[in-house]
Amino acid sequence: MEKFTRLTAIAAALPIANVDTDKIIPSRFLKTIKRTGLGVHLFDPLRYRADGTENPDFVLNREPWRQAGILVADDNFGCGSSREHAPWSLMDFGIRCVIAPSFGDIFYNNSLKNGLLPIRLPRAMCERLMADAAMGGNAKFTVDLERQVIVRPNGEEIRFEFDPFRKRLLLEGLDDIGQTMAFSPAIDRFEERRRREWSWLPATTVA
Amino acid sequence: MPEMLSPVPRTLFDKIWESHVVERLPDGTCLLYIDRHLVHEVTSPQAFEGLTLAGRPVRRPDATIAVADHNIPTSDRRNGIAEAESRLQVETLEKNVVAFGVPYIPVLDDRQGIVHIIGPELGISLPGTTIVCGDSHTSTHGAVGALAFGIGTSEVEHVLATQTLLQRPAANMRIEVNGRLPPGCTAKDIILAIIGRIGTAGGTGHVIEYAGDTIRGLDMAGRMTVCNMSIEAGARAGLIAPDETTFAYVAGRPYAPKGEALDRAIAYWQTLPSDPGATFERTVTIDAGQLAPMVSWGTNPEAVVPVTGVVPDPSAEADPARRATFRRMLEYMDLKPGTKITDIPVDVVFIGSCTNSRIEDLREAARITRGRKVAAGVRALVVPGSGLIKKQAEAEGLDRVFKDAGFEWREAGCSMCLGMNPDKVPPGKRSASTSNRNFEGRQGPGARTHLLSPAMAAAAAIAGHFTDVREFS
Repeated sequence: MEKFTRLTAIAAALPIANVDTDKIIPSRFLKTIKRTGLGVHLFDPLRYRADGTENPDFVLNREPWRQAGILVADDNFGCGSSREHAPWSLMDFGIRCVIAPSFGDIFYNNSLKNGLLPIRLPRAMCERLMADAAMGGNAKFTVDLERQVIVRPNGEEIRFEFDPFRKRLLLEGLDDIGQTMAFSPAIDRFEERRRREWSWLPATTVA
Repeated sequence: MPEMLSPVPRTLFDKIWESHVVERLPDGTCLLYIDRHLVHEVTSPQAFEGLTLAGRPVRRPDATIAVADHNIPTSDRRNGIAEAESRLQVETLEKNVVAFGVPYIPVLDDRQGIVHIIGPELGISLPGTTIVCGDSHTSTHGAVGALAFGIGTSEVEHVLATQTLLQRPAANMRIEVNGRLPPGCTAKDIILAIIGRIGTAGGTGHVIEYAGDTIRGLDMAGRMTVCNMSIEAGARAGLIAPDETTFAYVAGRPYAPKGEALDRAIAYWQTLPSDPGATFERTVTIDAGQLAPMVSWGTNPEAVVPVTGVVPDPSAEADPARRATFRRMLEYMDLKPGTKITDIPVDVVFIGSCTNSRIEDLREAARITRGRKVAAGVRALVVPGSGLIKKQAEAEGLDRVFKDAGFEWREAGCSMCLGMNPDKVPPGKRSASTSNRNFEGRQGPGARTHLLSPAMAAAAAIAGHFTDVREFS
């Protein structure tokens, strides 16, 4: 997994509630067997018109937000399906951090597995950050995961909460499977006990 | 006092969770053991690729089962899949199951179908177990009293490699539905009404246990419809305590325990229901007697009204953000505030999906359809949830009822619920759909989706507009 330590980038505001995963990347773009190259489809329904040309009103089609590395979003961002193509398409576009009042649970988890940092902040604060983002130009945010702060363009520091276990994995770029493999003996013991106590449970190879 | 010695009362969720914890990390994150892993073609290729790159095997092929459902055409499949990208995904799955020794149900097998339909149908989904799949509607399997939830592709790889997941426990939420369900109302109307009440983020961070006498009275198909849409309320999972209805359903299914093993299983399953006095962080009560058949009008599943209602007026919304969302939804749906729901015409009717494609759903839709015709200009299709359901429906003559009325009778798959195969709603067209999501573009770019029950969908197909199934004569 890609590390996340400290990021200084332009932020784009997306003031729409319930941005679902079909809006982040529609299902017709999930017919891939790769993780890469999905950035072009990010926010397809918002970003492109019916004839395939760019919608000039959409924030990520305007300068300087084409270079955005941070997205400030509204409530329930990433609700809907389990498609990991949602964080993959954000990452491929160049976004490494999404700030919102709340997230869909599966999207939140999927982001953590890919080095995309999801930050929850109260809605009033998100609205202030959206106003900052709208300034564009040289208005950059710095997100410092180690210190758990966002530095606004005016220098003010906003603290955010973050799970310590997930923080360590992100800072060091460790993937979950490697972590879990260290518990293999415990998994072996657990399976042994279950074979005795749950002997009624058939294998999926029975029928 | 004996109370001092008695254990803390636990919920159904607590019991399943605790019985699957392999290791508890100092910060409360748990390594959770997974009993059943269901795999499909869309969210698994990158996971298998990850295993290949790391040289890792599938730890428990005998706890895993794969099927193709999202991409496959619902027309005759004997000549393969015409669309190249879809074909590649299915072929990739077929290669991976061979390379990793994972049990697979082939496309042309009668048992093939939507992963969330065939899990319970084949007895793979069992009470008290943990079930995951790279699909958010895995919550469906909670109807049998299993802890079942959707995961992303990295987690699919994690389960394939380790048979576990790193998870933090969810909070408990109880939704109690009591009272007699009025005629014309179904499990679909219950869950749409619940989401209308608590909202699309109402269950975020929670596992919802559905309880109350209305839920107890539902058959397994109805319970699956309710649990299926838990994710549309933002919940991690939905659960219904296993009872005699569950045990009768599970017994005799091909992958379920048999004989003496089943007796031992049932004895264990009977210990699972939430203890009296167990703590739920949140409780919601619904009076089933007050429900009416529901129709969604907007682009998320909380935007629902009774069929007797009208399209709501955004200017009545006090919160400016909600008002803006409402306006955008109405614009996308091309609807005017105050329009009677029954005055809205439909172009496409879709009866199918992991929410509503079981034999019970098809019987309900056929009951309304029998002896009638689909309205001129309406395209209507029925997509059974599995090959076995299709065969059962044909044995009962339901296919004739639908075909005589002008419905298309298709092969099993996810189909028009998300339009990854050729079954799409054309841009700007309005669909009456028994599926679970009415998001913008969900059924095809520019498609306008209204969610409803199978009976209400059949009635809309015949009338050519939404209509109250209770008055449908």
